[in-house]
Amino acid sequence: MAERYISLEAIARSYPNPAGGGSTTVFQDLWLTLPRGTFTCIIGHSGCGKTTVLNILAGLDRPSAGEVVVDGTAIDGPSLDRAVIFQSHALLPWKTVIGNVAYAVRSKWPRWSNAEVLAHARKFIALVGLSGAEDKKPAHLSGGMKQRVGIARALSLEPKILLMDEPFSALDALTRGTLQDEVRKICQETGQTVLMITHDVDEAIYLADRVVLMTNGPGAVIAEIVENTLPMQRDRHDIHRHPAYYPVRNHIIDFLVTRSKNFDVERTALEAAGMPWNARQPRLVRPGIPEPTLAPSVPTLAQRTATQ
Amino acid sequence: MIASERVRALALSGLILAGFLALWHVGVQPDAPTGPALDPEYAKLVGAAAATGSQTPMPGPLDVGAKLWQHIADPFYVRGTNDMGLGIQLGYSIARVLAGYLLAAAVAIPLGFAIGMSPLLYRSLDPFIQILKPISPLAWMPLALYTIKDSSTSSIFVIFICSIWPMLINTAFGVASVRREWLNVALTLEVKPLRRALTIILPAAAPTILTGMRISIGIAWLVIVAAEMLVGGTGIGYFVWNQWNNLSITDIITAILLIGLVGMLLDQALARLAAAVTYPE
Ligand SMILES: Nc1ncnc2c1ncn2[C@@H]1O[C@H](COP(=O)(O)OP(=O)(O)O)[C@@H](O)[C@H]1O
Ligand SMILES: [Mg+2]
Repeated sequence: MAERYISLEAIARSYPNPAGGGSTTVFQDLWLTLPRGTFTCIIGHSGCGKTTVLNILAGLDRPSAGEVVVDGTAIDGPSLDRAVIFQSHALLPWKTVIGNVAYAVRSKWPRWSNAEVLAHARKFIALVGLSGAEDKKPAHLSGGMKQRVGIARALSLEPKILLMDEPFSALDALTRGTLQDEVRKICQETGQTVLMITHDVDEAIYLADRVVLMTNGPGAVIAEIVENTLPMQRDRHDIHRHPAYYPVRNHIIDFLVTRSKNFDVERTALEAAGMPWNARQPRLVRPGIPEPTLAPSVPTLAQRTATQ
Repeated sequence: MIASERVRALALSGLILAGFLALWHVGVQPDAPTGPALDPEYAKLVGAAAATGSQTPMPGPLDVGAKLWQHIADPFYVRGTNDMGLGIQLGYSIARVLAGYLLAAAVAIPLGFAIGMSPLLYRSLDPFIQILKPISPLAWMPLALYTIKDSSTSSIFVIFICSIWPMLINTAFGVASVRREWLNVALTLEVKPLRRALTIILPAAAPTILTGMRISIGIAWLVIVAAEMLVGGTGIGYFVWNQWNNLSITDIITAILLIGLVGMLLDQALARLAAAVTYPE
């Protein structure tokens, strides 16, 4: 059993209703563990609470109930160990490219000399392929270049955990592909623990070790966790030829298209069959591995008995 | 194309100026001596000689030009408390405006920061700001004279009180509307509050703050003339009022031109500063 490096324990988040009276629960009793060095994607429909989960893990938002434990300690706010790559890149527009990255470096290592800070920043700007653009302001960069700066800024912190909220969703397909390759390479080299939100199924399959499926909100739950059965060595260009590719992809798409909105029905059925869905331990499914099939109830039993 | 537009605009401006000066010149030529009907109340207010206008004809552009040249050639003479060069009078006014304005900035910007960051402070101070803001700054003058007892300091106070509101309100607004994502960047980088205020909130809000500062300097320059007319002594406002008592219309028009010029320079200086801190998004 992999070490529970990060664990979300029974977290809930609710917002007061704007009309007054009561509140809407985005999710409650949410449990999720991320083993060290793994790449996890959360996938789910817009508005189900993915960003909220990520912000809570980043320390930017606080759960209404429950706790986030990182490396054995409950977190209390943001930390330089957990770097965030924001969906909207969130660059400081009055700083240059190197100014943005250096600001992060200086925050992490306040004692470093100016020369050390700049050298470190330059290294990470080069890593994302932006050498030569150091002195440009964000307003003069394309969307892909801005997101690269955001990635360089996060990586320059040499964080233990990388949190990404739909980092590539605003980019064109070509740029997205290149950046996915770069992020994947860097994360593998540095053994980063990554949580990434996406609604792009292919992106999830290419990058993730595990894909967390979230049902529609309000009251979203983690329906199950899909283990990516593709080999670690993947090439984006012939990944779709692998026998496990379509089983994994179909499983996720089936979930998004139908199961994500009818999960209540599925849950009732599971309970009636004597294998209730358990919030603390969402099912782990391995599409394409001979034993389980795509029918949801069968692998459940097989797996629950196998893993317990 | 753009250059030619600029040249044409410049030519048109010159034409408008020339037309205005010509009309002015023709308009002030002495005409048939039909004395204007005298309003007795007006005559009482300014003195009979001034009211008839016969002894102080309206000056033409050439008179004003000559006077302007005379003032520019010797701006800093002092020939007595009531006879000082325009440069000195403008200097007094500018010094008062800067003193009151900088004091106001020193109060408004930190306070605006606090209000912008704290919704509680915003709500509790808002009623006071709403009531104090629309008060004509000159309405404070008697109170200022009574409590401060010094006319020059009272003018500075009046400048202070009139320039504080736009800076306060703009700073609070600018600080309150700093993008959430930039604050989140500071949070995830564990930036300490003071550093966050100086390196994130201040540059993010700077364009809005500078807009407030630019509005304030404009108001302050408008108000100083009136304030100095009221309290007398020194300053360009006092100069205008004094020349009115001397019935020197030429001096008054010259001073008006210079008031406009200085006001424009102050505004331009703040515009430069605003451009320097504005960032494209
Ligand atoms: N500040 C807020 N106030 C009220 N409701 C919010 C707020 N932020 C998010 N929500 C609600 O929480 C739900 C989840 O939002 P979010 O986590 O952004 O979803 P996702 O990232 O999955 O699209 C949404 O229904 C949204 O309306
Ligand atoms: Mg989101």
